[in-house]
Amino acid sequence: MVENDRWSRMLAHAILILGVALVIFPVYVAIIASTHDGQTFLSGTLPLLPGTQAWQNYTTVIFEGRSRAGTPPIAQMLWNSFIMAMTIALGKIAISLLSAFAIVYFRFPFRMFFFWIIFMTLMLPVEVRIVPTFQVVADLGMLNSFAGLSIPLIASATATFLFRQFFMTIPEEMLEAARMDGAGPLKFFRDILLPLSITNIAALFVIMFIYGWNQYLWPLLITTDPGYYTIVMGIQRMVTGGDSEPLWHLVMATVVIAALPPILVILFMQRLFVKGLTETEK
Amino acid sequence: MSSIRIHNLSKVYADGTHAVKGIDLTIRDGEFIVLVGPSGCGKSTLLRMIAGLETITTGDLYIGEQRVNQLEPAQRDIAMVFQNYALYPHMTVYQNMAYGLKNRGWQKSAIEERVRKTAQMLEIEHHLTRKPKALSGGQRQRVAMGRALVREPAAFLLDEPLSNLDAKLRVQMRVEIKQLQRRLQTTSLYVTHDQLEAMTLGDRLVVLNQGQIEQVGAPLEVYQRPETLFVASFIGSPNMNLIPVQAINHPLNQAALATLPQQTDILGVRPDKLLLQPPTTPHIQFECSMTLFEPAGAESHLYMRLCSDEHNLVMRVESMSELFQQPSFTVYAEIQHLHPFNQSSGKRTDS
Amino acid sequence: MQTKQLTFNHRWLPYLLLAPQVIITAIFFLWPAAQAMYQSLLRQDAFGFRTTFVGLDNFTALFADDLYLNALKVTLVFSLGTTLLSMSIALLFAVMVNRMLRSRDLYTTFLVWPYAIAPAIAGVLWWFIFNPSIGILPYLLEMLGINWNHRANGNHAMILVIIAAAWKQISYNFLFFLAGLQSIPQSLIEAAAIDGASRLKRFWTIVFPLLSPITFFLLVVNIVYAMFDTFGVIHATTEGGPAQATNILVYKVYRDGFVSMNLGSSAAQSVILMAIVVVLTVIQFRYIERKVNY
Repeated sequence: MVENDRWSRMLAHAILILGVALVIFPVYVAIIASTHDGQTFLSGTLPLLPGTQAWQNYTTVIFEGRSRAGTPPIAQMLWNSFIMAMTIALGKIAISLLSAFAIVYFRFPFRMFFFWIIFMTLMLPVEVRIVPTFQVVADLGMLNSFAGLSIPLIASATATFLFRQFFMTIPEEMLEAARMDGAGPLKFFRDILLPLSITNIAALFVIMFIYGWNQYLWPLLITTDPGYYTIVMGIQRMVTGGDSEPLWHLVMATVVIAALPPILVILFMQRLFVKGLTETEK
Repeated sequence: MSSIRIHNLSKVYADGTHAVKGIDLTIRDGEFIVLVGPSGCGKSTLLRMIAGLETITTGDLYIGEQRVNQLEPAQRDIAMVFQNYALYPHMTVYQNMAYGLKNRGWQKSAIEERVRKTAQMLEIEHHLTRKPKALSGGQRQRVAMGRALVREPAAFLLDEPLSNLDAKLRVQMRVEIKQLQRRLQTTSLYVTHDQLEAMTLGDRLVVLNQGQIEQVGAPLEVYQRPETLFVASFIGSPNMNLIPVQAINHPLNQAALATLPQQTDILGVRPDKLLLQPPTTPHIQFECSMTLFEPAGAESHLYMRLCSDEHNLVMRVESMSELFQQPSFTVYAEIQHLHPFNQSSGKRTDS
Repeated sequence: MQTKQLTFNHRWLPYLLLAPQVIITAIFFLWPAAQAMYQSLLRQDAFGFRTTFVGLDNFTALFADDLYLNALKVTLVFSLGTTLLSMSIALLFAVMVNRMLRSRDLYTTFLVWPYAIAPAIAGVLWWFIFNPSIGILPYLLEMLGINWNHRANGNHAMILVIIAAAWKQISYNFLFFLAGLQSIPQSLIEAAAIDGASRLKRFWTIVFPLLSPITFFLLVVNIVYAMFDTFGVIHATTEGGPAQATNILVYKVYRDGFVSMNLGSSAAQSVILMAIVVVLTVIQFRYIERKVNY
C-alpha cells in the first residue's frame, strides 16, 4: 500500500463507522420500537433505548395477529412467504439449468429463437404488464394459490445466462471424456454438470430466495384471501389497514421478523451471496 | 486389441477449413504410432476423428474389422488421454477411473478389481480416495492414464499428454509411457508437436504438415533419410542446415556437385555432420564467418553465416576453437552426408 | 452465439429441456405483453360493455394529460435522486473499505445486509423514522427549525421515498464498487504515486476513470431499480401523495388499471414502460457485450 498514514486511516475508520451506524439506524429503531408498548407511541417521540414489552409484542404478532385490521397471525404469513420463496428459488434454478444445458450442449433448429424468447423476460418485468398478467392468472384459476404466487415468477433469463456462462467455462474435454466413458446427455447432466454447478446453484439460491421472499406487487395483485398473504405485503396491510395511527410496536415487531430470514441468509452465506450477486449481473 | 485402418480420411469444417486432406494409414495391432507436426497441421483433428469426437467428412475408418465412421466414441472401444487430463474434478480418483466401467454396466466388484489392478500398475493406489485437485501434476497425469487403461481398450489415443508437465517430469513420464506400452502391447496413437518426444516414443512416426502425411517411418529412418524438405527441417534439433546449391557453386566444389542427382538445388546437412577439417572422402567446402557461439555443456552450437550469400548455418562443435577468431574459416561436409532436395517439389532427388 | 465444439445429437431432448422455461415465458410474459399492446389500442366504456378500437388515441391522451406528465417528471426526479444518492454513498464506503486490510470483511458484512430488506419494508422503516408525531428525525429537524411533514409537503415526501429507496440499494452498489476497486492493479496506483500524484489526485485521475465501466453499469441498473422495483416503497408509504408528488409511473399504471379500472390508459402506460425497459436493457447489454462477448 502506498502511504497509508495513520491520520487518513483514522479518518477512513471514522467515516465507515458513521456510515455503518447510518445504515443500521433504521433497523435499530425498529428493534427498539418493537420492545415498547402501545402507550409509548402516544406520548411523543420514540425512546432510543429498549423497553420491556418485547416478549409480549412478538408473541402477539406471531400467534394472535390483529383481528381488527383483518391480518392473520403472521406465523401463517411467514409460512406462505417461505413456501413462495423456496418454490421460486428452486423453480428458477431447475428450469434455468435445463434451458442452459439445452442451449449450450445441443445444436438444434430454432436454438437462437428460443434464446431470444428467454432473453425477452428481462425486458418484461411484472411491473410493466400488471393488468394483463393478472388477467391471465385469473383466467387460469390461479388466484389465491401457491401456484399462482410462484410459477409465473420462475422464468428467469438472468439465471439461465449465469448457468450458460458457467457451462461455457467448463473445458470441452469434460464432455469428450464423459462421452468416451459412455455417458449420454442425461447422464452427463446428472453426473458431471450438476455436481460441477453446485457452488453456482447455491449462490443463485441465495439471491433468488431473497428475491422471492421480498416479492410485493405480485402477491398484492393475486391474493385476496388472507390465508395466502405473504409477510412483506402483510406489513403494508398493517400500516395502512386501520383508520387510526398504526400500532407501531406491533408493526415494527412484524418488520423485524419479516426482515430476519433474508438477512440471516445473507449473513451466513455472505460469500455465496456476493458471488451470486456479482455474477448474475455480469 | 486391434489394428486401425484409415482410408482416404478428410475433414472439412463448416467454415471451409480443410484440416485433414485424404490420409491413408494402417496402424498394426500393438503398434505405437506418433503423429507429429507443427500446430495446425491436423494431427489433433485426425486423432479426434479416430476417437469419434469429430465427424468424418469423407473416407473410411476401421478399428479391427469394423467400419466405425458412424459409431459414438463410447462404442469404438478406444480410450483417450487428454492434454489437460479432463479429470472430473468432483469425483475421487477411484470414481474417475470407475465412471466409464459403471456406464457400461459393469458389476461393482468387477469394477473394484479392475480399478485396483490398474491403480497398482500406475502406482496411484494410495491416491484412490483423493480428488484430482489434491494431486500433483505428475499424479494427475497418471490418473488420466489410469482412466484410459482401466477399460483395456482396443486402442489408446493420447493427445499431447505430457505438455502440461515440467521438463524433468516430462522425460520421466515419457520413459514410463514407453515401458507401459511395451508391456501392454496396446495399439497406441500419440499426438505431439515435440519432435524429440516423437523420436523417442514411436515405433513409427507419421509426420504431418497442412493436413497431409509428409512421411511415415521408424524414427531413425525418418531422421536419417527425410523424404521431404519439410521433414528435413522439422525433425532433428538443431534444425538441419539447408543450403542453396548456387550459394556454394564455386570451382572447388564443381566435382562434388556434379555427382548430385539432377534437379538438386538444395543441400541438407545435419549440424553434427559439418566439419572443420577436410575429410578424405569426397566433400564440399565453403567459407563462413561466426555470428554466435552458444556453449550448451556436452556440446556447443556454433552459429555462422555463409560468406557467399549471407545464409545462416548452425554446426555442432566440441569446444570453442581459435579458428573462429578469424574473419572467416572453411567448413566441410562429406558427400555421403548430404541430403539432396528440389526446392519446388519439396522432395528428395535421390529416391 | 457459441455452443460447445462438440454437442449432443438428439432430435427432441433439447426442446423438452427448454419446454418449462419457454412455456412459462410464453404464458406469463409474452402473452400478457401482447395483450397490453393490443389493449393499448382499445377503449372500454365506463361499464365495460363496449370496446372500440381507437388507434393511438390512448397514447396521445396520455401525453396531453397533466397527471401523466407529472408522473414522468416525478419518476425522473425520483430515479435520478435515488441513483445518485445511493451510488455516491456506496462509492465513498467502497473506497474507504478498500483501504482497510484486517477490517475489510467486517465492514463489508455490516454494509451488505440491507440488500435483504424488501423495498416495501425499507419504505415502512423510514416512514416510521420520519413520522411527524413520533419519529426521531422530525424531532431533530424541528430543532433546526424545519417543520417536517411528508403528509402535506410534496418535497418532504419525495425526499423520504428517495432516502428509503437509496438506503436499500447502497449494499448492492457498494459490493460492485468494491469488486471494481479490487480489480485495479495496485501497481498502477503505485506508479501514479511515484509520478507524484496526491491521494485525491490519484483517485480522480486513475481510480475513478478505471471504475467508469462499473459506474456506467450501476447507473443503468440503479435507474432500472428506481423505476421498476420501488413500487413497494411508494405503495407502502406515500401511496403516490401528497397531491401526486410521489406518483411514479409504475405506481400510476397500477392505480389506473386496478383502482380506477381504466384499462386502455393503463395498457398504453404499460407499453411506454416496456419501451423504456427495452431501451435500458439494450444499453446494459451493449455494455456487457464489450466486456464479456456474448
